[in-house]
Order: sequence, then C-alpha cells, then structure tokens
Amino acid sequence: MSILINKNTKVVTQGITGKTGQFHTEKCQEYANGKNCFVAGVNPKKAGESVFGIPIFSTVKQAASETGATVSVIYVPPAGAAAAIWEAVEANLDLTICITEGIPVRDMLEVRNRMRARVAAGGKNTLLLGPNCPGLITPDEIKIGIMPGHIHRKGRIGVVSRSGTLTYEAVAQLTEIGLGQSTAVGIGGDPINGLKHIDVMRLFNDDPDTDAVIMIGEIGGPDEAEAARWCKANMKKPIVGFIAGVTAPAGKRMGHAGALISGGADTADAKLAVMEECGFRITRNPSEMARLLKASL
Amino acid sequence: MKIHEYQGKELLRKFGVPVPRGIAAFTVQEAVEAAQKLGGPVWVVKAQIHAGGRGKGGGVKLARSIDEVRALAGQILGMQLVTHQTGPVGQKVRRLLIEDGADIQKEYYVSVVTDRGSQRVALMASSEGGMNIEEVAHDTPEKILKVFVDPAAGLTESQARELANGIGVPPGSTVQCVDVLQKLYRCYMETDASLVEINPLILEGNGNIKALDAKFNFDSNALFRQTEIVAYRDLDEEDPAEVEASKFDLAYISLDGSIGCLVNGAGLAMATMDTIKLYGAEPANFLDVGGGATPEKVTEAFKIMLKNPQVKAILVNIFGGIMKCDTIATGVITACRATNLSVPLVVRMKGTNEDLGKKMLAGSGLPIISADTMAEAAQKAVAAVR
Repeated sequence: MSILINKNTKVVTQGITGKTGQFHTEKCQEYANGKNCFVAGVNPKKAGESVFGIPIFSTVKQAASETGATVSVIYVPPAGAAAAIWEAVEANLDLTICITEGIPVRDMLEVRNRMRARVAAGGKNTLLLGPNCPGLITPDEIKIGIMPGHIHRKGRIGVVSRSGTLTYEAVAQLTEIGLGQSTAVGIGGDPINGLKHIDVMRLFNDDPDTDAVIMIGEIGGPDEAEAARWCKANMKKPIVGFIAGVTAPAGKRMGHAGALISGGADTADAKLAVMEECGFRITRNPSEMARLLKASL
Repeated sequence: MKIHEYQGKELLRKFGVPVPRGIAAFTVQEAVEAAQKLGGPVWVVKAQIHAGGRGKGGGVKLARSIDEVRALAGQILGMQLVTHQTGPVGQKVRRLLIEDGADIQKEYYVSVVTDRGSQRVALMASSEGGMNIEEVAHDTPEKILKVFVDPAAGLTESQARELANGIGVPPGSTVQCVDVLQKLYRCYMETDASLVEINPLILEGNGNIKALDAKFNFDSNALFRQTEIVAYRDLDEEDPAEVEASKFDLAYISLDGSIGCLVNGAGLAMATMDTIKLYGAEPANFLDVGGGATPEKVTEAFKIMLKNPQVKAILVNIFGGIMKCDTIATGVITACRATNLSVPLVVRMKGTNEDLGKKMLAGSGLPIISADTMAEAAQKAVAAVR
C-alpha cells in the first residue's frame, strides 16, 4: 500500500499542452505504471486533440466523467492556477496536486476559503497538495509531479517535506543505505497551501505499509510544531525530523507583524525544540537524516 | 517588495484612509517649497527610507518655521540613518516627506497580515501605539487584539467595532475608526499587500482618526498585476547584489559569512547554509539558482558572489533531478574560467548523470574540490577558509 496514490490512480493533467506540462507528463508517463495512470488532459481550446496519446478534454469535469480520473495535477501558469484548483474541486476529484510556483497569495487565500466553505456546506472534500510543490510519488507504481523518478526505490519509509530538492536529498540518502520509500510527498513552500505536515503524518500513521517517516520542515509558520504535537499524542511510528533555516536571517521575508502573529515560534530552533519534545529524533545535520532513521528502526 | 511611507500614504489616501497632508521632497529647496505650500504653522520633516525606527535614529523632526524646515531638511537629506533595522552602516537618506503637524490625543497600533495558520487575513490592533510592538507583544500580549477575516465576507462591521472598542477608541470616534479599518482591509487586499502596519494610528483633538505612519510590504508573486505598486520600487533601498541577482532570476540574499553558496532549491540552500554553520563557519549568502542552471546563470551567480570581498571559498551543492549533473558541470567550468576563479571551490553534485558530471569536473584541469555528501562538502569548504 501507500498513501494518496497508487498504480491504479487515474490522473487528469491540467495545463498538459504547455511546455512544462508536456515535459513532465512525458516523464510521468514513462515512470512505472504511468502509461495507464495518465488518462486525460485539459485545455478548452484543444479539446479533441491529444498529447503523447493522452486525450484532451475541455473541462476537468468532462475528463473525469469520461476517463474515471479522480486525481489532477496542475501545471497552469500562476495567474490562472487558483482557478484551475477550483475547477478540480468543482469536478469533485479526490485530490488535486498543484505544481505551479508563484501564485499570488490572495488567490490562494480566496480559493482555500471557498474550499472550506464548500465542505462546510456538505460538499465533497477535495484534497489539495501544494502549490509550489514537486508533487508525490509511490515508487515503482506512480509518479505525479516533477521529481526525478530514478532516485526512488520501493519500500516502507514515508517522506514529507516543504522543499523539493530537500525531499530528493532525503530520498537519495534512504535509497543509498537500502531503505525504500512507501510514498514521498512534497507539500510545497507557499504560505497558504493545502495538505500540511499534520495531514500527511496522519496518512502515514494509518498506512500499514509505512514503518517510519522522515519529516522535513523550514522556518516560518506554525505547521511543523502543530504536526509534532499531534504526533506526540497519536503517532505509532518512529519519526526523524529536520528543519532548514537555522542560519536564515530573521525578518528577511516576513515583516514584524508576520513574526508577531506566531509569537516567535517559527524559527528553526524553536521548531526543532518542539519536535524533540514530542519524541522526534531530530538532527541538525541534513546529511544524517537517513542514517538516523535506520538507527531508529 | 517594500515602499516608502509617503507612497504608502498615497495608497491609503486613494482607499479613503485619512492621512496628514504631506509632500515628498528630494532636495532642500523642494522641502522648503513643500512647507510653504502646506502653510504650517508646524511641520514634520521625515526621512524616507525603507527601514523602521526612523524617529529614534534622528530621522523624524518637528519644525516650527520655514527656516527650521530648511535647516532640518539639510541635516537629514544625505545623512546615514542608523536604526535597529538598517544594521550598523545605516541607510542613506535620499527622500523626505514634509507633513502637517498633527494634534495627537492618543496613539494606537493597527496592522494587517496574512496568517498561515488560519489561512485568513488577520487584523491586529493595540492601545499601545507608537511603541515597539514586539515589546508590547512580549510584555503585555493581552494588549494586542486580533480578528481573522473570511475573504468572502471581508472585514465585517462587528469585527471592526470589536477592535475599535477593544483598543479604547472613544464612542464619538468609533464609527470613523470602523470605517478606517474596513478601508485599510480593502487596501490590503486590492493592492496584494503582505503586510500593512500603521504605527501610530492616531486620535486627534477633534476626534478624527488618522494614519500617521504607513509601512507596506507586497506579495512578490502578485506584482505582475500591480503595475502601480511596481512603479513605487526604489532600487536605492535594496541590496545591489540582490537587485543584480533578480535580473537573472536568481534568489540571492547577502549574509555576513565567508563561504559563498550556490544551491538549487530554497530548502536545500538553507540546509547547506546550516551545514556550513554546523562545521564551524558562516555562509556569505543564500543563493537559489532555481530549476534551470544554464552556464550563463551559473556564471552570473559566481560573479555576484565574488563581488563580496568576504567570500573566501565557494560551495556548489546541486541535486540534479530534471536538471542533469553534466549540464551543471558545464556551467561550473564555464563560470570558473569566465571569472578567473581564485578562491577554493567545492562542488557536490548528486542525481541524474552524476558520474558524468564528476568526470567532467575532474578532467577540466581546474582545482575543483569534489565532495559526495553535503556534510563532506561543508567540511571541505570550512577547511578551505581556515
């Protein structure tokens, strides 16, 4: 098993005809069962055409109803990406994965609150991964996103991270010492996003085929600390934690009021302290993530 | 992106938030003309730099005559203003705001910011205006009130009233304060701001509410649709290296250490900096080269790092995913030759075509130090600067 996606997942690609969409769709198709997983694309102007043999539909809803796709991946440029997320939600998909980097924060704020209101009114809860994320992969089954497939290996370790290349770093370390991954998830680096560490940790906790997890975070925001507190009370599996940004200068990206609202709890040191308190094995050396995990098994 | 106070006040004015009458001045003569136009009898001469804490640093002064305006403008223009946000070197003052003096009865604090936790916009207000708000938050957190806004509804009247009453705005001024807060929220949303801070928001003797200061930050992702805001950009206020880097689509931040870093991905870049510190040295910069590290981009990145005289070694850490290691190797070799690199260079490459990339570096005849892991690369770079 795995979390969120597996070899039977059917995917519709939003933004399949753009340069980025085409490039990555081809790589995803080539990976493991990708030929059977990537079943549809969306572009209202090119409906009826196809890309790499994948039929293009004018809407997500139509693509889903004609192909059985339940998951979408979004490569739409920033100005239209939030609208693409909303289209996936309105099509009642299970999960939409937004790769797009550079979406205005206000757009994300609006679409996230609309999603919440829709669920509160009894609508389907479509999960969102990202934006500004590498996507996710269940090795040897399916890859949805922009990560290099070949560094992964099938196994029983979960990986969750905000940063793309730091996820690859953790995965490569695991693969090198012989530990495969159940699923590796990049939740993205944007301030307003969908699935958070806590949500992915819940899924890993419930997945019988995940034995342990590497959780990687960064400075800024309350998410890692929240996940750590949840894990302390609920998580049955060993966790290795790393937070990037011990050396990051304060206030470079966030203004004073931004730091104020989190009460100074969003530095790397503060997060590492909470994680340690909550039973994580933490490391300050990102080269040691996999070795530390092996020692905890 | 940040803007000046006088530009912020222009925006506030546009959205109907009352601010004092004021005119920007770039020379002493312009300052005098501005003062004459405003008419007095009291003026405030305010240094315009992007950093906060200008008053304490001597950049904000009261003038009671035109001669005094002239003298103060002469003093402040061109001064190297040092505040707790500028660092010890300070920031050169090139612009002034000449403003009407205000009849301050009471000072409040108001700010608007996007809260990641609740995924809503938060309005914060405090009765303790004019003070360092971080100290207020630390010493008396109960004096900071927060409301979280549903973007579909906007800041409701009852939310705005809750804030106004909570910070002690007198009943006669509540209606105006509610209106100001709602306009402030609209201004935040419509300009794609990431922070608006009014410290102080004042109550005047006649009961009017006015914004006496204006600090704005904007979401860089939204600048493509905010041409008016982009026109406010003042490159004199930004780190020249960061400006240069942004031209090449490189995310660069200057730091104080001795090891220049070139990495792909923000998280990996921070992790690399952290590893350098772990082994006893400090990074000279943060530099995320992004997804497409062409030889031109790597060369520009090297040039920008090497302009910093503190740089005693360079560490390149690339995880080649979509980007292949042989492409990176070409970039690094080109950059070394183009810059006549004279400081030690440590390269750690991982991922696609790793072996080919390493072979290319080894065969280049350049004195490149190779490393297999991030830790090994950091140790070697630290050893090189010792």
